[in-house]
Amino acid sequence: MRYAMAVDTRKCVGCSDCVVACQTENDVPIGYCRDWVVEVVDGTFPELEIEIRSERCNHCENAPCVRCCPTGASHYSDGGTVLVSSRKCIGCGACIASCPYDARYPHPDGYPDKCTFCLTNRVQKGLKPACVAVCPTKCLYFGDLEDPNSDVSRVLKIRKWKTLIPEAGTKPHLYFLI
Amino acid sequence: MANRREFIRISSLGLGGVALAGSSLSLVKGSEVIGKLFELPLPDRQRQRVPTYCEVCFWKCAGWVYFNEDGKIRKIEGNDNDLNCNGRLCPRGTGGLGMYYDPDRLKTPLIRTEERGRQSFREASWDEALSYIAEKMQKIAREHGPECVALFTHGSGGKYFGDLLKATGSTNIAAPSFAQCRGPREVGFIYTFGESIDSPENTDIRDTRCLVLIGSHIGENMHNGQVQEMSDAIDRGATIITVDPRYSTAASKSKYWLPIKPATDIALLLAWMHVLIFEELYDKDYVERYTMGFEQLKEHVRNKTPEWAYGITTIKPHIIRETAREMGNASPAVIVHPGRHVTWYGDDTQRSRAIAILNALLGSWGRRGGFYRNANYEMPSFPHPEFPEPKRTWREAFPGKYNLATTVLANGICDATIPAVDRSCNFKGWIVCGTNIIETLPNQKNTIEAIQNLELLAVIDTMPMEITGWADVVLPECTYLERYDSIRTGQARKPQIALRMPASEPLYDSKPSWWIARELAKKLGLQDYFDYENLEDALDWQLRQIGSSLEEMQRIGVKTFERDADDLYFADGEEIEFNTSSGKIELYSADFEAEGFDPLPKYTPHEEPPEGFYRLNYGRGPAHTFSRTANNANLTDIMEENSLWVNPKVASQWGIKNDQYVWLRNQDDITSKFPIKVRVTERIRWDSVYMVHGFGHDQKRLTRCYGKGASDTELISRVHIDPIMGGTGMRGNFVTFILEDPANQRTKT
Amino acid sequence: MKEEIIVSGRMNPMVDPQLHIWEWPIPLYLFLGGLAAGILVFASFYTLQGKEEKFRTAVRIAPLITPVILVLGLLALFYDLNHKLFFWRLYTTIRLESPMSWGAWTLMVVTPLAFIWSALNIRELFPRFDWKYSWLKQLETFFRKHIKVIAWILIIFSLILGVYTGILFSAFNARPLWNTSILGPLFLTSGLSTGAAAIVLMSKSHEERLHFARLDIILIGIELFLIVHMFMGFLASTEVQIQAAGLFLGGPYTTPFWLFVVFMGLILPATLEVLEIKGYRLPLIVAPILVILGGLIFRFIIAYAGQISRWLY
Repeated sequence: MRYAMAVDTRKCVGCSDCVVACQTENDVPIGYCRDWVVEVVDGTFPELEIEIRSERCNHCENAPCVRCCPTGASHYSDGGTVLVSSRKCIGCGACIASCPYDARYPHPDGYPDKCTFCLTNRVQKGLKPACVAVCPTKCLYFGDLEDPNSDVSRVLKIRKWKTLIPEAGTKPHLYFLI
Repeated sequence: MANRREFIRISSLGLGGVALAGSSLSLVKGSEVIGKLFELPLPDRQRQRVPTYCEVCFWKCAGWVYFNEDGKIRKIEGNDNDLNCNGRLCPRGTGGLGMYYDPDRLKTPLIRTEERGRQSFREASWDEALSYIAEKMQKIAREHGPECVALFTHGSGGKYFGDLLKATGSTNIAAPSFAQCRGPREVGFIYTFGESIDSPENTDIRDTRCLVLIGSHIGENMHNGQVQEMSDAIDRGATIITVDPRYSTAASKSKYWLPIKPATDIALLLAWMHVLIFEELYDKDYVERYTMGFEQLKEHVRNKTPEWAYGITTIKPHIIRETAREMGNASPAVIVHPGRHVTWYGDDTQRSRAIAILNALLGSWGRRGGFYRNANYEMPSFPHPEFPEPKRTWREAFPGKYNLATTVLANGICDATIPAVDRSCNFKGWIVCGTNIIETLPNQKNTIEAIQNLELLAVIDTMPMEITGWADVVLPECTYLERYDSIRTGQARKPQIALRMPASEPLYDSKPSWWIARELAKKLGLQDYFDYENLEDALDWQLRQIGSSLEEMQRIGVKTFERDADDLYFADGEEIEFNTSSGKIELYSADFEAEGFDPLPKYTPHEEPPEGFYRLNYGRGPAHTFSRTANNANLTDIMEENSLWVNPKVASQWGIKNDQYVWLRNQDDITSKFPIKVRVTERIRWDSVYMVHGFGHDQKRLTRCYGKGASDTELISRVHIDPIMGGTGMRGNFVTFILEDPANQRTKT
Repeated sequence: MKEEIIVSGRMNPMVDPQLHIWEWPIPLYLFLGGLAAGILVFASFYTLQGKEEKFRTAVRIAPLITPVILVLGLLALFYDLNHKLFFWRLYTTIRLESPMSWGAWTLMVVTPLAFIWSALNIRELFPRFDWKYSWLKQLETFFRKHIKVIAWILIIFSLILGVYTGILFSAFNARPLWNTSILGPLFLTSGLSTGAAAIVLMSKSHEERLHFARLDIILIGIELFLIVHMFMGFLASTEVQIQAAGLFLGGPYTTPFWLFVVFMGLILPATLEVLEIKGYRLPLIVAPILVILGGLIFRFIIAYAGQISRWLY
């Protein structure tokens, strides 16, 4: 099993519902976020293009945060998701510094926090991650890459996509449909 | 009487109140406690979620409220069976719990202690506050007549105050959503198709092949169902054409973006009609069968060529032709979207008419992928005595004017409150429920002048919005998560009803609107109009009339019915009687002509910004609803202030850097109270600036949003009234930049 | 014009608008670690060479400060941890992939050895010091007997410690400025150089001072070579590393780096030391202090600038 998410940049309107839903689902404190929305505007008036991306942890296959963690608090879990066990974490911040996507933040309780793909609270209960379930434009797709019939496999098959800085060697699993 | 009231007060404390007096436990927690005490098999003990429908905006999506282990409200999710949201709430609905948890909420009734506007209040009991209002209302009724009390309302709670007002003999119930928002559209469509658009719009976007947006920024406005359907349309490869001086999010999803010169839309619409008619791309059968006035229209647009429009709109002729052909090819599965906030330049009804006519030419009204036919569900109303016939209405304040307005003008009430020599009677009392009219009505000076002429201003709100600062009495309404409200009906593809029930006891000393209205009715001797002890009883009675029950609705949240007939779209060749004077779709409006208005829409030039000034455009951000969400922690986390969009060329002329704060001054020398952060962006033309509406609050009790960003409303001092229906055109205001703090400048000079 | 904005107002503390998760404790910790490593390398090296008496300061006196330095460094590190109660988790696992892990273990080896080394030389400071208990005296005898073994362990682990102070940064692919393997040798060299400077500062023997001044000149030369090499590497690399180098080549760190680190921390003290060797009479403490301050500023600049440097996407 290999969980992954795809974001359709052509449909995303950048409303940030994914961010709010994640915050309420996962008790993310106000002022912090596990996912966020980036808008890139390119061109000169009136020849313009916008790419809107809902971004979060890439759940890398070669995750620098797991590699640099001195205690094993950052670890790979079911379906290749990258999780943090707060009870193993010393709060050294290395994983936060190690992420080329800046996907982690220091939780006020002392440990780093980040997107979990809602693995234990939703996905393992048969639900979709909160951001996917709420997205009004249905621009987020989630599922198992090894299952050819999953939402994410199907959409990656028919659409052109990219990942963010694959050259960083992280083997990210957040795909952007372009 | 006293006994009955006593009984109601106790029962309204609710289960949590009984279990642990005074504590604000949620329903679930409270019922758990009581369940343990008495070992009663309460259904609430098992309830892990309760149904609601959202009150953060007018879309009213149905959802579920979930709790954490402590029984506190944790999150709100959409109801999968709801046709307005399909299980997906928008960011505001998801963040709706921020309204409930906001520490700045109004907590107790307040009565003003100093002169109006000084914001000096004392806490009062409900009894005292309501008595105060009742006495003032009775005094006004005695001295001026009950019609001299008006209600401004937005949202669900206002219904009960509307009933109360009608019971007193006043029908002056105004919602800013008409004359400040979608009024011109409704009138334009009524006088073309015999039907208004209303909410949610009956646009069949999910099945359209071509969607044309005239300044409508779907995706930035999070009108949930429409955003969802536009996304479906993108998936299905529909062509989107966006006409907007700004590269809106929708424009970025469009095949064609027409960066039109502001205030010239009617010219473009006429040129499109010209191309459709003279290239014979219009739906001939439909036009022949259903419309009248085609020949007059054809003559009218004969010389409205794309070349003519180019000079006005700056849109190249070949683009006008190409886009018209796209529409023609997609016909009838094409939508020229009627928009929503359409009070722009004062000729807005005519522009809406032009949009309606264009849709008629394309044969999209009543067709798949165009406009579907609404299904409504009518709930039987809870029995009450007939409302008395009002002796006068607001219309008498405006003899011979705005005859085509279909509802009360909020700005009209405001104008008719300021004494005038030729008016025998003015409004003396306002009840304002759930609308911050200081930020909603343009020309704040006028609004405040009206307020200073009032004998009574009672405000019901959940938050200390600006309007509460002017009130004589402030009543704290509990949020939608703490109350029952009337059953949501409203239009959709299928008839549907939804229930809102409390997920928590009201926090602080706040109360639901139905309770406040009923208690006020008692004081006025009008309790017969509210003949129920608890709203649940009335709701249950209503639901049982239609074969459901409160218990069922508590379980399922929304109930969908089948349409009476398979008539979502017109059948082929179906004979349709339209609800217009002629029974046809009126391309040519004789009704308009009779009222002295152009029977066919005309382009009239509007004023352009003077040198060094820029047209002030404003719009919506997806995370906020008007100004009412500005203090919601969950939503300020997404967007805490608005920014001013400035074209890079303009920015470099002024030497303005990205993220620099500037003040704005308009053509009437009004300067923004607060500075606004500049976003230098290619997404906007050089002749206009843009900001999201709803920021720049100057009410210090709104601690989170005070002074964040700038208010567009305070800069909208020039209003172009639509002569047809009295709408307030607000896009004819021009601003310039002030780079240094005006406060310092003043002290220097 | 290209515009890239985060629309959802993301402002995670210590991460936005640019990373600043590691404040002063981390560069201080790395500097102190490097300094201690430098001193201990020289102490064990000259012990193994049998030159304890010739380089008495290096072998016997300077190491006395290393336990203090190491403990201060560890305290700084501990202060920086956000989840302090779980500190012990560092020592329930060894994760070779994580420099932080093997660094912690290296310190676990070096710090006790530094204490033992100091204990063996405590009489340099307090000539009449007595261990009182016989088992302590036995322990002293035992360690003194195996001093060469200890020196071997110490030299190896001190070198690892010196390299680790750089590798901790260079293992971060996410921060292009750090992501160069030269940082290991460079920080080791810098650590040795500051170690040598500390010995010069403490030594009262002209011969020893001269020896370590000479050594320092060589180390500074190597350091300069590595710095030039580092920039050559960056500039010949990808856009992100070119941009990272840009922080020092016209960017916000240009002046602090070239003035305080390269000129005042390397070139100027090297020149002073050359002049001193040539027989010019100069205030003896200036050069070594400049070297030590330069080393400290160097760690701070690399730590802060590295957190600014990022991938572009």
